Amino acid sequence: MKRLIPLWITAIAGVVMIVSYFIPFTQGWGEDAGIYFDILAAIAFILGGGNILKIHLKKISDRVAGWGYSVILLTAFLATLFIGLGKIGVHPNPQYPGYTWSGYYRQMDTPFWWLYEYVFKPLTATMFAMLAFYIASAAFRAFRAKNIEAVLLLGTAFIILLGRTFAGVWLTSGIPDDSAFAGLKIENLSVYIMQVFNTAGNRAIMIGIALGIASTSLKVILGVDRSWLGSGEE
Amino acid sequence: MYEFLKNLDRRWIFLLMFVSVAIPVLFELTFPEKATGLAKAVFDEIEALDPGDKVLMAWDFDPASEGELGPMATAFTYHCATKGLKMYYMSLWPVGPQMVDDNIANVINADFPDLEYGVDYVNLGYKSGYEGVIKVIVTDLRALYTTDAHGTSVRDIPMMRGVESIQHMDLIINVSAGYAGTPEWVLFAVTPYPDLRMVAGVTGVQAPMLYPYIPEQIPGLLGAIKGAAEYEKLVMDAYGGPDPPRKYFKGKLRMGPQLVAHIMIICLIIVANLVYFTGKRRGEVS
Amino acid sequence: MQSRLIGSWLAASLSLGGAAAPALARTPARPTNLIAVDHPWDDAQKIDLTWELSPDDADLVQSYQVLKAVARIGEAEIPPEFKVVEFVPAGRDSFTVRGLGRELKRWQVQQEFGEIEAVAAELAKGDKTLHIGYAFQVIARGKDGSVSTPLQTTIPITPSMQWFDGNRRYFLATVFIFCGAVVFFIEAGRRGRTLKIRKIAGLEAVDEAVGRATEMGRSVLFIIGIQDMNDIQTIAGINILARVSKTAATYDAKIEVPTCRALVMTTARETVHAAFMEAGRPDAYNEDLIYYVTDEQFGFVAYLQGMMVREKPAACFYMGSFFAESLILAETGNSIGAIQIAGTAQPAQLPFFVAACDYTLIGEEFFAASAYLTGTPEELGSLKGQDVGKLIVGAGIIGGVLALTLANLVGPASPFGTFLLDAVLYFKTVVLT
Repeated sequence: MKRLIPLWITAIAGVVMIVSYFIPFTQGWGEDAGIYFDILAAIAFILGGGNILKIHLKKISDRVAGWGYSVILLTAFLATLFIGLGKIGVHPNPQYPGYTWSGYYRQMDTPFWWLYEYVFKPLTATMFAMLAFYIASAAFRAFRAKNIEAVLLLGTAFIILLGRTFAGVWLTSGIPDDSAFAGLKIENLSVYIMQVFNTAGNRAIMIGIALGIASTSLKVILGVDRSWLGSGEE
Repeated sequence: MYEFLKNLDRRWIFLLMFVSVAIPVLFELTFPEKATGLAKAVFDEIEALDPGDKVLMAWDFDPASEGELGPMATAFTYHCATKGLKMYYMSLWPVGPQMVDDNIANVINADFPDLEYGVDYVNLGYKSGYEGVIKVIVTDLRALYTTDAHGTSVRDIPMMRGVESIQHMDLIINVSAGYAGTPEWVLFAVTPYPDLRMVAGVTGVQAPMLYPYIPEQIPGLLGAIKGAAEYEKLVMDAYGGPDPPRKYFKGKLRMGPQLVAHIMIICLIIVANLVYFTGKRRGEVS
Repeated sequence: MQSRLIGSWLAASLSLGGAAAPALARTPARPTNLIAVDHPWDDAQKIDLTWELSPDDADLVQSYQVLKAVARIGEAEIPPEFKVVEFVPAGRDSFTVRGLGRELKRWQVQQEFGEIEAVAAELAKGDKTLHIGYAFQVIARGKDGSVSTPLQTTIPITPSMQWFDGNRRYFLATVFIFCGAVVFFIEAGRRGRTLKIRKIAGLEAVDEAVGRATEMGRSVLFIIGIQDMNDIQTIAGINILARVSKTAATYDAKIEVPTCRALVMTTARETVHAAFMEAGRPDAYNEDLIYYVTDEQFGFVAYLQGMMVREKPAACFYMGSFFAESLILAETGNSIGAIQIAGTAQPAQLPFFVAACDYTLIGEEFFAASAYLTGTPEELGSLKGQDVGKLIVGAGIIGGVLALTLANLVGPASPFGTFLLDAVLYFKTVVLT
């Protein structure tokens, strides 16, 4: 029963979403099924928050290695939660001055806005910026001309790297734009590589992925693939 | 030297990368930009609109990708505001509304003070549901958006009158950093409703995935900071005047570090291959 | 005398102005022949309007104003209150009105139209819902703001619902063919047909990776991507987690699964628990090793990076949907010397995993992993069904390319060339849409 009910729910929801695409009368049913998931995911936030508290409070109480990070995490989590939910420092909406919590939660110069502008934004931008460093180290380590395919790959990479900057434009600036060899200008070559070779390769991968998604989804809907269900007797 | 390079600590590479980005930033190295076909196509799509036409500006990105996408979002807003288009902002990302607020503050409030909220531009805010939102608003916008981001009923917003779905929009401009983003807009809005027109600005890693949709579903696409810089040039050349503010050249400014970093990476790859072939010659590598 | 002169002057001015007024403010003539028909193959939300252009369309008309109103409720005709739907540019003679409804519930009718006597009589009949009939108007608007007299539909029209969206008939056929093929080969597998699958290096290396972690006394790290359970890649990742957990339980290795979504955490716990039970090691299962971190993409990655650098897992599995964080994770794993096996169906992230990981499952291989690892005939049969889909796509691509090439060779203007081009266009715009 523990596995049977989820299987039936999956099958019914899956079939409803497929059928709703073809039968106009049932179009809303498919959207409703999607909304049910959103409701579940929203409730899962509470579950996740509870798990964070449990795991990290345990780490702090057991004084495991790195418990200081758990203190920082819990402090940041609880502070942001209360400042955001409580709309601390937010002025009421002028249309509803009698209601304390009617203000816009992202009002400028409020503590929540400050947390976003000066903590969240720089931190996420920093993490994203780290990619530049890792790309350089990955390129140094991995791009070796071991065989013909690797040589072709490297050559293409050089064209694209140069073509996406002024260096490529400058290197082939001697070729007139209207000449027969204009296609050999690095910026035009890089566009051509992206629009032809890259597109062809991407299309092939995307078609394979789409078929894989369809097949896996069908297996899940039909109950052929059940390993995601977890424990329990058949 | 060979041994040093063979066992090079990655932190030297990180330092090189830091220097190659820092120097152009500090010295504001910039280079001329030349617009390519896709950027021109984006520009032409917006140019073809008339004053008063409705544009849906879907800002689906977060602060992490602001470096790549912020300049193109700024340029889009400037272009649309200059042409007198009606701008309808929305987002499928939870932190997207902050990016919209930044755009409105830095461009519209700063340089177009005559534009009136609710008449010339409106921020509809974020709705959860990712592609589910697109599927609903493509036929019934008001089923989800009953108020704007500030809680004002859409019935009280003049520019929302007569707008019942995004099919009433003359153009969709999507700036996207991942999921949910341009692929979802293509799949659930533009493809089933071919009358919808859309142009997009995306991060560099996303752009190759979207080339198959050009030009049928996406007539024009801005890819990464290069696309942003090209589009900025087109917009500023057309509407920027003799001395446009610096904030409209962030894309161009960021191309300087990109050039130096790219050349540095090319040099690293060449050095790495020299080390590899030296090792092969010495019999250390099979 | 003076007043008479002024009066004459005024009269003369007015008459001159009056004579001039029609020439300055001539209103456009109204359009004619407005026809409203139900939009085909929809869910009763659209009506198609067509009209004949105003005779002044080329000179005076700037746009056509389309208005709608409820004109009938049930059997009762009510005075319509027209509201503007859209302004259609001059030169266009058609428009599809959307967002209509077929019927209203009693309370809605009561609320909006309850004051009208005829409607009250309809409500008294006791029906739970009442059908609505719409009237439409089209008005020509001049460039100077003047408007023509309205052209109105004569009979209220109710949109009708079709039971099937015929625009999607080709897609339905494709779905039947593809799903039929998958189901057929699943059945064939169940009936004992031998189905082969090529070796996938990344999956062959799972045992090796977990064994390495056991020997080194370090943990196995498994990341199920950053998306939620509604993403099929997450489900595929969970399937692989089941297998890896079972191997870890057998080898007595510690497996840690930080997740980016709470729902994924609960599912992963169930999966890992089942795997440990199946391996006969329920005592070794520790649910605290499968935990939620944060929904925020880079917050999750920052945690993982720190954890990897501190705890140095010996084997790292990245199986699921990843975005920009893929290279950060892979490079960090490389820096700590872990063996890394990745699998994702995000084309944009595949190059990063291929460059930085020891083994990568590319796209379709990732979805085939479940079938590969379990080896059950049904799962292998589904892979075969996928291949049928690939054959159909391949045939379509080759056919389209040949047709276009042939059309250009024989000449696009020739009858055969035109036929081929029309066929390709039909395929692209109708069959594939």
